[in-house]
Amino acid sequence: MERKKSLFSRLPVISQLKQSMGLQRGMLIAGILMTAIFLLTAALAPLITPYGPTQRFNETQEPPSSAHIWGTTAGGYDVFSRTIWGAQTAFLVIVVAVVLSIFIGVILGLLSGYIGGWLDRILVVVADAIYAFPTLLLAMVMSIAISHGRSNMWSGIFSAAISITVVFIPQYFRVIRAETIRLKAEPFVESAIVVGASSVRIMARHIYKNATRTLPLIFTLNASEAILTLAGLGFLGFGIEPSSAAEWGYDLNHAQTDAASGIWWTGVFPGAAIVLTVLGLTLLGESMNDLNDPRLRGRKRSKKKARTMNGNKQEQVVDA
Amino acid sequence: MSGATGNTSARQGAGQPVLDIEKLKVTFATDQGDVKAVKDVSFTVAPGEIVAIVGESGSGKTVTAKAILGLLPDTAISSGAVVISGNNIVSVGERQLRQIRGRDVAMVFQEPSTALNPVYTVGWQIAEGLRAHRPEGKRVGRKAARKLAIEALAKVGMPEPEKRVDYYPHQFSGGQKQRVVIAAALALNPGLIVADEPTTALDVTVQAEILELLRDLRDQFGTSIVLITHNMGVVADLADRVVVMYEGDVVEEAGSAALFAAPKQEYTRQLLAAVPHLGRNSASAGFTTRAFQDKEVLVEAKDLEVEYPGRLGSPAFRAVDKVSFTISAGEVFGLVGESGSGKTTIGRAIAGLNRTTGGSLQVLGYEMLDYKERSFRPLRKDIGFVFQDPAASFNPHLSIGECVAEPLVIHTDLSGAAITAKVGELLESVQLPRAYAKRFPHELSGGQRQRASLARGLALKPRLLVADEPTSALDVSVQAKVLELFREIQTELGFAALFISHDLAVVDILAEWVGVLYKGKLVEQGIGSQIMGSPKDDYTKRLIASLPVPNPAEQAERRAVHQALLGGK
Repeated sequence: MERKKSLFSRLPVISQLKQSMGLQRGMLIAGILMTAIFLLTAALAPLITPYGPTQRFNETQEPPSSAHIWGTTAGGYDVFSRTIWGAQTAFLVIVVAVVLSIFIGVILGLLSGYIGGWLDRILVVVADAIYAFPTLLLAMVMSIAISHGRSNMWSGIFSAAISITVVFIPQYFRVIRAETIRLKAEPFVESAIVVGASSVRIMARHIYKNATRTLPLIFTLNASEAILTLAGLGFLGFGIEPSSAAEWGYDLNHAQTDAASGIWWTGVFPGAAIVLTVLGLTLLGESMNDLNDPRLRGRKRSKKKARTMNGNKQEQVVDA
Repeated sequence: MSGATGNTSARQGAGQPVLDIEKLKVTFATDQGDVKAVKDVSFTVAPGEIVAIVGESGSGKTVTAKAILGLLPDTAISSGAVVISGNNIVSVGERQLRQIRGRDVAMVFQEPSTALNPVYTVGWQIAEGLRAHRPEGKRVGRKAARKLAIEALAKVGMPEPEKRVDYYPHQFSGGQKQRVVIAAALALNPGLIVADEPTTALDVTVQAEILELLRDLRDQFGTSIVLITHNMGVVADLADRVVVMYEGDVVEEAGSAALFAAPKQEYTRQLLAAVPHLGRNSASAGFTTRAFQDKEVLVEAKDLEVEYPGRLGSPAFRAVDKVSFTISAGEVFGLVGESGSGKTTIGRAIAGLNRTTGGSLQVLGYEMLDYKERSFRPLRKDIGFVFQDPAASFNPHLSIGECVAEPLVIHTDLSGAAITAKVGELLESVQLPRAYAKRFPHELSGGQRQRASLARGLALKPRLLVADEPTSALDVSVQAKVLELFREIQTELGFAALFISHDLAVVDILAEWVGVLYKGKLVEQGIGSQIMGSPKDDYTKRLIASLPVPNPAEQAERRAVHQALLGGK
């Protein structure tokens, strides 16, 4: 126990991968792979795609061919390029949305949980009120308020991100507030009070780090939700203009009419992209969640020993 | 390795042993590799015999107990033999195991409030075992089950069993709940009961009653008991034979009287020497007047009241009720009481962690009734606090050095290097190596952590130290060392201390002046040795008489006195 494990093996995803086994390991690896493909696609979009996301062609609703390997849409966009560039848009929106909501949610949660009193009551009521709204409706309202519904790439990304942020802040707020209230009664916080530490010092030094341990898990789970919200906004027409950036939800919306007339390629690819990305992130988040909890984590049984030690349990062990 | 077999109990009847453990080994698979919890344990229990397994935490005693009932988790691998009525628990299947549990062997758990299901009546829970086992081959009807449950409750001395059988667990006190758990264990008349720390969660006076009950059960029904405990007093009170465990091995096995009188192994000797013994090693031996009365009064409570607000519609709960006492500079004031007596509330009120609601509490001249965090903060450097659980009172993300340095950083202008040097000195003063400053709390043992906690409490050389049960989470041998250290440092630095504990023997070692709390009232205060020797108040008398001492012969006498005391009331 003297020797510390190397920094690499203590990194969030890596350490969990080492602990995992069996089905849990399979799920985690599948999640990591799908997420990695998503991230690589987002990063390398300019290299992979033959065309830009907003480039239009004269051939509309062209089936897959060598020039347009996944075909083109009614608007004359190249489906392959749009789908790949969509990963980048999705990635940017996730990052902006989750970072914003983590910042605001954590600060509000710490203050509300530690200070308590009327501040706590007001913040909880506001958070509950936001919860009570259907999330997509709220995101729509925010998107209209921020960019009047339609916008170019960066303002579109920000308005989508902020719409999602508003929905997510209450989640982070709740988690951090609950942790803070629990930690407030812990002896180590009380011992800091007894020593004479100020409230700011207690929050920053003693509670913050202990309360935010679960955040990476919520982060991965929320990332998938953020993609769904973004796609939902785009589908309903409140997302990013097709002329400023590629966005899966918008493409899916415009593929609706195509589907009826047998044009499958406009809908299948963006749809599959959403499904696979969300699935990957969810698998990653869920399996990390399970592995972080010792009670849910499967452990290796030293099979060989078990077999030699109690002979009549042999069959069961082999089956297991 | 196996110790002397010792003289077996006189009660031991002829015939087969109820329990025969042969070369039991238990290994756990963990993230850090295999952990051998039980290495090689063999012993037998005769019918009607009470065998105590004693040992400190991590000695494997609870794992042994769980192995007896086949309750080990999936990650455990066991080998050897645990034979109960001809079946080897280690190798029988789940189905057979279920039949053995309850019928041949039953378990009494440590925490009665969690061992009972809160949504069922106790009668239902006692009868559950009967329904599961179908004694005499047929289903037990509702009426029959109820009748048997009433009988079981009567057996464990529950008053009005016909009425109480329909009560829910929350309607009972802790001691009564433990009686219910024992009644459930007895429902099918098993030959063997495994009791895992059956009295650890209970107060001393209640503990005495439960020990009495267990002894009665053995005498009346001939039930064998395997008693798992760390409390040598309980062992002296109840056990016929003792198995001492250390790090998964049996160190010594002997008859109770023989073990206490002449322990053969070094480890057993150390263990017994570390147990605080009431009336020995008293801090106030030979005192006739209260010491330190010429010094400045640091804490003065006059008719102090602390109330916790009740829920809507229910009245406030008065945790401390008109308590008056003083603590002078240099004095160690011992506060004893059972759970719920308000002792911790008083300690926390002095440190400003609880608000007082009535009377007067002056701490270093500050009236706590008008408490404001801002105006009290400057005084905090003169008050140290040591918490009960050393594991929880350190921030797990900070190193020991950073934790100990916290008061220095807040209250002094020392530079980083000066603070590091000072932390090193502090750690050395509590007999920890300087290098430990870089370690994290989980890398230290319980005793080491409590030393570091003491170092933090003393970092600013406070005039007053509040120690709230500082040793009750520690093993006896560690407790003895921490107490000794506390005593040394207190003599050296001369700070005043409020020492809160439920353990009279521990308080007596440290405190010159002792106050006894009962239900929020200070029923008696006086010189430590006088209170322990000749208590005046009825409650104090009962409290002292219920405390088992680690000496079977002496304990037998005390038990007789205790019964007389209860009988006389």
